[in-house]
Amino acid sequence: MKRYLARRMAVMPFLLFGIASIVFLVSRMTPGDPLVTIVGERNLNNPEIVAAAKAQWGLDQSMPQQYASFMKNLVKGNLGTSFSTRQPVMHDLWERLPATLELTIYALLGGVTVGIVLGVLAARHRNKFIDHVSRFFALIGSSLPAFWAGLLLLYVFYARLGWLPGPGRIDPRGLAPNKVTGFYTVDSLLQGDFGLFKDSVMHLILPATVLGWGVVGIVSRLVRASLLDEFSMDYVRVARAMGLRERTVVNTHALRNALLPTITIVAFTFAFLLTGAVLTETVFSWPGVGSYAVNASRTLDYPAIIGVTLLGGTAFLLTNLISDIAYAFADPRIRLS
Amino acid sequence: MTDVISPARRLRRGRPEWLRGPALVGAIAITVWLLVALTVPLWSPYDPLAEVAPRLQGPSWHHLMGTDQLGRDVFTRMLWGSRTSLPVAFVVILSSVVIGTIVGAIAGYRGGWIDAVLMRFVDITMAFPPILLAMAITASLGPGVRNALIAMVLVWWPIYARLLRAQVIAVKQREYVESAEAIGVKRFAILRRYVLPMAYTPVLVNATMDFGQVVLLTASLSFIGLGARPPSPEWGAMITEGATQFYSWWIATAPGLAILVVVLAFNYVGDALRDSFDVKGVL
Repeated sequence: MKRYLARRMAVMPFLLFGIASIVFLVSRMTPGDPLVTIVGERNLNNPEIVAAAKAQWGLDQSMPQQYASFMKNLVKGNLGTSFSTRQPVMHDLWERLPATLELTIYALLGGVTVGIVLGVLAARHRNKFIDHVSRFFALIGSSLPAFWAGLLLLYVFYARLGWLPGPGRIDPRGLAPNKVTGFYTVDSLLQGDFGLFKDSVMHLILPATVLGWGVVGIVSRLVRASLLDEFSMDYVRVARAMGLRERTVVNTHALRNALLPTITIVAFTFAFLLTGAVLTETVFSWPGVGSYAVNASRTLDYPAIIGVTLLGGTAFLLTNLISDIAYAFADPRIRLS
Repeated sequence: MTDVISPARRLRRGRPEWLRGPALVGAIAITVWLLVALTVPLWSPYDPLAEVAPRLQGPSWHHLMGTDQLGRDVFTRMLWGSRTSLPVAFVVILSSVVIGTIVGAIAGYRGGWIDAVLMRFVDITMAFPPILLAMAITASLGPGVRNALIAMVLVWWPIYARLLRAQVIAVKQREYVESAEAIGVKRFAILRRYVLPMAYTPVLVNATMDFGQVVLLTASLSFIGLGARPPSPEWGAMITEGATQFYSWWIATAPGLAILVVVLAFNYVGDALRDSFDVKGVL
């Protein structure tokens, strides 16, 4: 175990290096002058800014040297300055990350819970009506354009029925809670403001539903498949032969083993959530990393795009690592070599 | 997959076993959309780009899905949208499969340092959430359908490379490949004639499943403004326009339904294929 951990950790810097290299490649793919992608078209006529950027990013040097300065800036945490916010990209990302994390975590929790329930139901009633319904529900989740689903839900539940609030994290007239964790649901409770807490929860419902639906699909299919595998095992047959109730057999025996593979899927799900977040946040004007990425793409704010891409790749690597380790801890049968 | 083919299965002609139930409905839906994409210019109810009616009218008999903010017929535009989404997805999948096959076959068959280098590259590319990398590449190349297509190919081919490599490595160890090597068949011929045909099933099944995902990604990129540009009838771009006319719900509903139906159809067909051929997903 220790050796496995050590080896996984040792590879991480190389993977991160690889990710940064790909991002560098992409950033130099522009057909025109890379200078445009660093200072923006508007600043091209400003000799001071141009000279400063050239010096910092080594633009008048050869490609390998540019690569070296890109990496050097990266190590220092310098991702350049966003054209549209005029702030360092690192600062923007840091500021917007909690909003995305809060949305993603609620979507993940909700999606996994509903997914497990649906998966268990589908496996217990295999090839019956409920199985088909859950399969349909799951496939819809991975076929639904998140941006469209968001619009539709907003139209129905906000504009028509008025049951839920509109876009944003809280009521636009309200004040955001003092930043402690950056999670509005947590921070509002910390300052004892229950009205604000309720407001932020209500604002989370729709975007988290849109985002979590895809997770429901992935998780329920996996739970169904692995539960069916467990059903064919001897220990389940023994439990049934002993006359245990079906509910006990499923919930206390089979399900525990069947749930192990879901741990690995969480990493894959996380990538799915990040993808969904990009589009969901845009529809719901959620001030997170996803809408930042979309704004950046719309305005061709290259430093910001590069920054988000780097963040996405790194986040994915880390979740992969964490889920592999969690899996190894959870299932003693797994021998990692 | 079993190697034994039961006599009944061999005798029965026509419809394959996996093509029933929802998968059959999916296959029909895909066929209908393909026909629409191919023939819509011949029978299109209206001109997709022309102002044919008063603006922002709700659905009616004359305009099944209403009209948009420029008085264009939404239903017509939805039909024409298939002429962007389907060909783009087809080209993306085809190119990715070709590139992935070449890289995966070389890596799996040759092994050694070539394999190591190629696969590390594949691993790292696959470490990015597809949409983020596609967004970054499209933005760098410049927005537009063609560049979005290039970006999607760059993001997508590693999936098939990894899949095919694993298959090639498994097939390579079979005895008949060893015999072919022993009697001196050229390497390329072995790969083409004996290894690839046996290694291809998972790639094809996954390509079917991915078709829907690429349709979704194309629409997403257009929605963000990196793919098709507004006047052209493309599903993602139409939803963007619908979002600006929030209270005219029908404008975004039509293209959204189109995406949902196409992607769902491919998912159902792909799901049935996967179960039938017992192929595990790539992840």
